[in-house]
Amino acid sequence: MAIKVLNYIPRKSFIHDLSGTTKLIIFLSFSFLCGLSFDTRVLLFLLMMSFLGFSLSKIKLSEIRVMSTFLIVFLIMNAILLFLFNPNYGPDLYGSRTVLFHIAGKYDMTLEQLFYQFNVSLKYVIGFPIAILFVSTTNPSEFASSLSSLGIPYKISYSVSLALRYIPDIQKDYREIAQSQEARGIALGKDVPFFERLKNSAKILLPLVLTSLNRIDDISNSMQLRSFGKHKKRTWYMRKKMTVADYSVIGLCVVIFVVGLIITNQGGNNLFNPFL
Amino acid sequence: MEPIISFKDFSFQYNAQKQPTLKHIDLDIYPGEKILICGASGSGKSTLGNCINGLIPFSLNGKMEGELTVDGIKTKDSSIFELSTRVGTVLQDPDGQFVGLTVAEDIAFALENDCVVKEKMDEQILEAARKVDIEKRMKNAPYDLSGGQKQRVSMAGVIVDDVKILLFDEPLANLDPATGKTAIELIDLIKKQTDTTVIIIEHRIEDVLWEKVDRIILMDDGRIVSDSRPQDLLRSDLLSEYGIREPLYLTLLKYAGVDVNDVEGIDNIKELSLKEDDKKKIREWYDRQEKPVRVNENEYILEVENVDFSYEESEQILFDVSFRIRRGEMLAIVGKNGAGKSTMSKVICGFERAQKGKIIFEGKDITDTSIRSRASHIGYVMQNPNQMISQAMIFDEVALGIRGSGLSEEQIKEKVYETLKICGLYEFRNWPISALSFGQKKRVTIASILVMGPQIIILDEPTAGQDLRHYTEIMEFLKELNKEGKTIVLITHDMHLMLEYTDRSIVFTDGKIIADDSSSAVLCDFDLTKRASLKETSLFKVATDIGLDDPVDFVDCFIEQDRKERDDGH
Repeated sequence: MAIKVLNYIPRKSFIHDLSGTTKLIIFLSFSFLCGLSFDTRVLLFLLMMSFLGFSLSKIKLSEIRVMSTFLIVFLIMNAILLFLFNPNYGPDLYGSRTVLFHIAGKYDMTLEQLFYQFNVSLKYVIGFPIAILFVSTTNPSEFASSLSSLGIPYKISYSVSLALRYIPDIQKDYREIAQSQEARGIALGKDVPFFERLKNSAKILLPLVLTSLNRIDDISNSMQLRSFGKHKKRTWYMRKKMTVADYSVIGLCVVIFVVGLIITNQGGNNLFNPFL
Repeated sequence: MEPIISFKDFSFQYNAQKQPTLKHIDLDIYPGEKILICGASGSGKSTLGNCINGLIPFSLNGKMEGELTVDGIKTKDSSIFELSTRVGTVLQDPDGQFVGLTVAEDIAFALENDCVVKEKMDEQILEAARKVDIEKRMKNAPYDLSGGQKQRVSMAGVIVDDVKILLFDEPLANLDPATGKTAIELIDLIKKQTDTTVIIIEHRIEDVLWEKVDRIILMDDGRIVSDSRPQDLLRSDLLSEYGIREPLYLTLLKYAGVDVNDVEGIDNIKELSLKEDDKKKIREWYDRQEKPVRVNENEYILEVENVDFSYEESEQILFDVSFRIRRGEMLAIVGKNGAGKSTMSKVICGFERAQKGKIIFEGKDITDTSIRSRASHIGYVMQNPNQMISQAMIFDEVALGIRGSGLSEEQIKEKVYETLKICGLYEFRNWPISALSFGQKKRVTIASILVMGPQIIILDEPTAGQDLRHYTEIMEFLKELNKEGKTIVLITHDMHLMLEYTDRSIVFTDGKIIADDSSSAVLCDFDLTKRASLKETSLFKVATDIGLDDPVDFVDCFIEQDRKERDDGH
């Protein structure tokens, strides 16, 4: 009904069948490696793996359209801003300067800068499908149990998973509130200029926050009345048993992570420098 | 016998309040009893419940005096967890209390928190599910279930813990009449199966009394004003005195001059048995009444023609819907949750676009006009005022809809003041909205729609969750607007509202209109009420008891007298 942005998409697939803990490990190890490494070879390999994972999950591209559009817009903005603020970061980093053409003032288009920005974008492109994968293939209730299996207190992991659970509800509220505001002239349609839309969206915030606060009140009362928080630990009805597939995937993750780090640190820093 | 719950000179004051909410309560409840606690909003009945389940003082803070013992433990020295294994609470809104994504998971929640191992859980969950007859839906998402099934899941979620006391906080507030009836039957069934003590907090007495209760506690202003058997309370005039609606059949008996002290089975419509003498009195009353004639022959203001609707890529919601509304009508759109009532009004207001069909306003086709332009003809008031209010001050909130329409600040001020006067809010014009009560907020939202000058106002459940006084306040206000010429469409499943304030009801089931008739006729049609998840009115039972062929006329006469009495009371 409401536009689905980020939520669990139930399906029968290899990735869905993995336990939440495994998926969390994939998510964390990939994110770390991707964040640490500037080695293009490692990044390209991670990219391949993350697309492989995505295709295995049988999630359709159309189901994550909104997020993908957001990512593309973000990448473009990010690239432009990076260039505007520091057009010489690439040359400084790689210690050489190959000018392709002059733009204006201090702005030169250099091969090094292009390569640097390519690497940065690569990181986002890798992170994106992995994050989507994690959220949309992990049953939110299992999500909490997987967080807590990694040692995070269950009260925290439960609130994270509840927050995710309520995204669709809040989207529905948002839509209804937006409609009723639109009837009173607070337009949010596509034909409204961007900044006015932004300003008008802010007006929906108050009713949205109020309704959400009511929800939180109800749910937290209901949880307390059913003994939530009674003991230091709790059991999880939905926790999946770890299978051979889980252990193999975790093993593979560890290998990729370690090898990735070794390759990254080969030259004494985390760069892969083709300009040497 | 030792009481299982015992209040001794118990008072409670919330930290944020200046006055205590509960004042010197003395109350004993014994094991196995079934108790109804009733009272108007603000009487303290919910607070009393929250003291029993431990939300007070462990989650909602305040000052406690006196003593409260629940199952042998003094709540002061206990904890919400210790109490939650003794008292199971089913909160008002089933949707708001689901934590699990599937039925089984939700029922398991209390067990998980108690560190029960997974292998043992299954058995206990299944047992609880069987008791409420929901075991076939274990893998479903609670949100995909019907209202009645949701109620079952939330009950299973508390009885899985083997509690001794079951507390229901306004269990009927969000349910349609038919589902409410099954919920009351289910509570009775669970009570018999588990031998628990049951406490129901509710102001809709007639609906709760569908199954017998042992005692009714009536509260007002933080005190217990009556603690008696149901039949004794019903025979007194205390209910109306303290703002609780008495059962309709009881009001009827009083109108007919029947001595209610002599009537047997007065506390349960199924057991109500009238003596020949009384029946004669009712028949005589009926003969004295003039049959009301209510006709509206104004032109059609709104016509809906063959509308089909579905959200993108999902199931169809409206199927070939057509109806017409005359200028100046006040009518109800009824049907169970998900039948398409709200969707229909969204299509009328242009929030959603129908795939097929036409919407005609004052003879002009407006099917393709924008939300904004339609809003000046047809206004839509959402159920929850908090969802509509986006400004901090009353004036700004009401002015919002006419700003940017080319009016000068002077003209805006004039229009807003005029609207505030109609709505009885003029004296509050410079107040912040947060200082208003729920009913007043509702008025602000109506004012903010009214200011745009619509001819038709559609209201979604305007009285949901309101007690008799607030209900009457809101409805009388709408009636005034209606008299001034506004056409009013009410989406509701409140049968009292249908009977008391609307002449016509359009009944939706599964996205189709299955009836379009006078409200009294709808509520006297057994088959129809069943399909629309309504409940036939208790007046119908009385009409059949005294052997009338045409219960609809009988009900109409009752409504007519009732409306007169209410107008005189004003």
